[in-house]
Amino acid sequence: MLAVEMKGISKHFGLVQANQDVHFCLESGEIHALLGENGAGKTTLMRILYGLYRADEGEIFINGNKMEIHSPKDAIAAGVGMVTQHFTLVPTLTVAENIVLGYTNSLTLSQKLIEQKVQAASERFGVSVNSSALVKHLSLGERQRVEILKALYRNAKILIMDEPTAVLVPQEVDILFESLLRLVKNGLSVIFISHKLNEVMTVCDRVTVLRDGKTVGTVNKNETSREKLAKMMVGRETFLDTQRSSRKTGESVYEVKDLTASGQQVVKALDNISFTINANEILGIAGVSGNGQSELTKVLTGILKPTHGSIKLEGQEISRLSPGDLTEAGLGRTPEDRHEGTIGDLTVAENLALEDLNNYTKNNILDQKKIHEDALKKIDEFQIKASPNDRLRTLSGGNMQKVVFARALSRRPKVVIASQPTRGLDVGATEYVRKRLLEERDRGAAVILISEDLDEIMALSDRIAVLYEGCIKGIVPTSEATAEKIGLLMAGVC
Amino acid sequence: MFKFRIERAPAPMWTKPLIPIVAILVTFLITSILIILAKANPLQAYYHFLITPLSSTFSALEVLVKATPLILTGIAVTFAFTSGYFNIGAEGQLAAGAIAATWVGITFGNLSPIIAIPLMIIGGFVAGMAWALIPAILKVKLKVDEVVTTLLMNSIIVYFISWLLNGPWRDPISNWPQSPDIGSSAIFFRLIPKSRLHIGFIIALIVVVIVYFLIKKTPLGLRMRASGASKTGAEFAGINVSKTIFIAALVSGGIAGLAGVSEVAGIHYHLIDSISNELGYTGIIVATLGGLHPIGVAISALFIGLIDTGSQTVSRMLGVPVYLGNVVQSALLLVTLGMLLFQNYRIKRL
Repeated sequence: MLAVEMKGISKHFGLVQANQDVHFCLESGEIHALLGENGAGKTTLMRILYGLYRADEGEIFINGNKMEIHSPKDAIAAGVGMVTQHFTLVPTLTVAENIVLGYTNSLTLSQKLIEQKVQAASERFGVSVNSSALVKHLSLGERQRVEILKALYRNAKILIMDEPTAVLVPQEVDILFESLLRLVKNGLSVIFISHKLNEVMTVCDRVTVLRDGKTVGTVNKNETSREKLAKMMVGRETFLDTQRSSRKTGESVYEVKDLTASGQQVVKALDNISFTINANEILGIAGVSGNGQSELTKVLTGILKPTHGSIKLEGQEISRLSPGDLTEAGLGRTPEDRHEGTIGDLTVAENLALEDLNNYTKNNILDQKKIHEDALKKIDEFQIKASPNDRLRTLSGGNMQKVVFARALSRRPKVVIASQPTRGLDVGATEYVRKRLLEERDRGAAVILISEDLDEIMALSDRIAVLYEGCIKGIVPTSEATAEKIGLLMAGVC
Repeated sequence: MFKFRIERAPAPMWTKPLIPIVAILVTFLITSILIILAKANPLQAYYHFLITPLSSTFSALEVLVKATPLILTGIAVTFAFTSGYFNIGAEGQLAAGAIAATWVGITFGNLSPIIAIPLMIIGGFVAGMAWALIPAILKVKLKVDEVVTTLLMNSIIVYFISWLLNGPWRDPISNWPQSPDIGSSAIFFRLIPKSRLHIGFIIALIVVVIVYFLIKKTPLGLRMRASGASKTGAEFAGINVSKTIFIAALVSGGIAGLAGVSEVAGIHYHLIDSISNELGYTGIIVATLGGLHPIGVAISALFIGLIDTGSQTVSRMLGVPVYLGNVVQSALLLVTLGMLLFQNYRIKRL
């Protein structure tokens, strides 16, 4: 019997088609992986099932009955539970309180009684938690178990898990898989959103692959292989076209050695990373999001100090310099999130001048005339559709990105750091930004392109490094890169 | 039928100047209830609040007298807030400036005014900076929330003044806990005979112009505005945000200190317990109402000065409590803050 059937689901956000005619079936008592790159539409599809979004088109059947799911409340009533990537627990409450929160109608609340109930449920389902512990004292793995128990406690028969291993250490992953297998034996059906091939092959029965919001296909685990899945996940015909003979590059300019840094949640967000870049070269850094790209961008742009390792620009150690000093040293830095790297309340001209204020100061007074004139020049050169006195926040994403580029590139830096440069941009702006990066390379700059868009990496890079869980999994010349090879590296297989 | 939706987006620019006007109207509507409860006619009350003080030269000048320290504390708060440092301590920094001014005024008050007055101004500025120093260091070095620390510093100095006035500085002649008078050369001279308006008002206006220039025309000002608008963005652009905030915090304290100098040298001529009398806190209202723009702050200080003067007139004429003025001010702040929240939304017709 089918626990869930989703037929012809479509959903768009603005101009982006997140899901297009997606079909998905979950059999009772199976663990079904939903596999795909970032932005493939996995989470959107599951949010529709859980009632967080409404589909534009399509039908949902649960246990054979057609359902209208308007909110998570409807989904819970139909026996669907979801464990999101970012937990929704209240840290200052106990485990038991978190589990009954919003699921109890009685006027009074006996701490003891709910703790007993939750402990009993924990034993019945075989999901071990300490019901009287405060959530803030729990590890991420324990918190996840609380989330699972919360869903089961609400009588979930179908459990959606969104990238459940993203925040776990390997030992916790093993424990999670054990409990999932046990729960499935007792009649639970699980949808497992992931982009990690190893996990999918370990724990799942069937796999549905999504790409660009469409269903690529559903396969049984036994009838497929990691290589085949990798190709389904990232394989695009365009790959073959972009392969080209290796270009001649210049001398080594920028050298990163044994770089280690800690992130917000993980101790080692970057773990002993080393690479070098030559003049006249673009090094693409590929990877699924959340594998250390943000931290790498922050370290390279001087926002985050590494705990270990060195970065050398033409032999000079620069890893401990401030952002301002890095600009002085000859780095063209662009932020991962253009909103965070710029100041929306200041004008375009002020944002353009901000990195180089000494150059715009005469006798300790701002040289407004020069700021204005230079802004006009850059607006012209970088085709920014705005006037110097517009507040930056009024600009479109593409124009804002051009302001970021204009600021970073106008001083003809030796090294250009571009991180997710075309994220959220329309086709025209994307085209412009990519062309600009190629021009920088041709001018002689060493360009680091950190991107989750594999097409972009393949189209622009001379060499490709793949980031997986904070480590560089391998560096391949683009001429030797195939969809399969990069896909496997991105999924952490090799 | 028309359907509307409220969405998060910045309101159009033309609504900005409307904020104070609408805020005042809404405030008057709300406070009318209290005036009616106090058994007075709201329209009459507002007439006395807003018009009567301006109808005689003496009371009109008194509005300027009341506005003088408010301009300074308002500008002090504005300076700090612009850089993203929420200095709630103008109250205490003003007191520190007043203590320094009193000391300078007593010690050097018999020299020429050309020496005594500049010395007082410098002393008051430095003392205000000094009182702002500890919270600023804690903020920059340890990320301690400045709202808490600057606020607590206010209480400390209240007790310090109390100790001074009941101990070492107690005026032997007076029955009140107050210091001896400052020397005659240290007194701010009057601008207009028979009024209390003194050169402190001119000093305040000069500070407005200087701060306007600093914020809008200098690299420091741009760094401050950048740090205040987006800390991450400023940091990314290579600005030393900590240093910028530190400077802004100290200068803000210094300006608040000047308000203390002005109160001692222009009004009281000695130190008293209630020297700041909430002028520092009112400065926050003034700065917010003025939209953190120096010129706007000066205007809103004059407006609050008018309500201050007016509340005494209302009380005298209609027999309502003088505290009604405070209620109006506070209500005005709350309404303005509420209006600023609305600034983030747009109503869209579907």
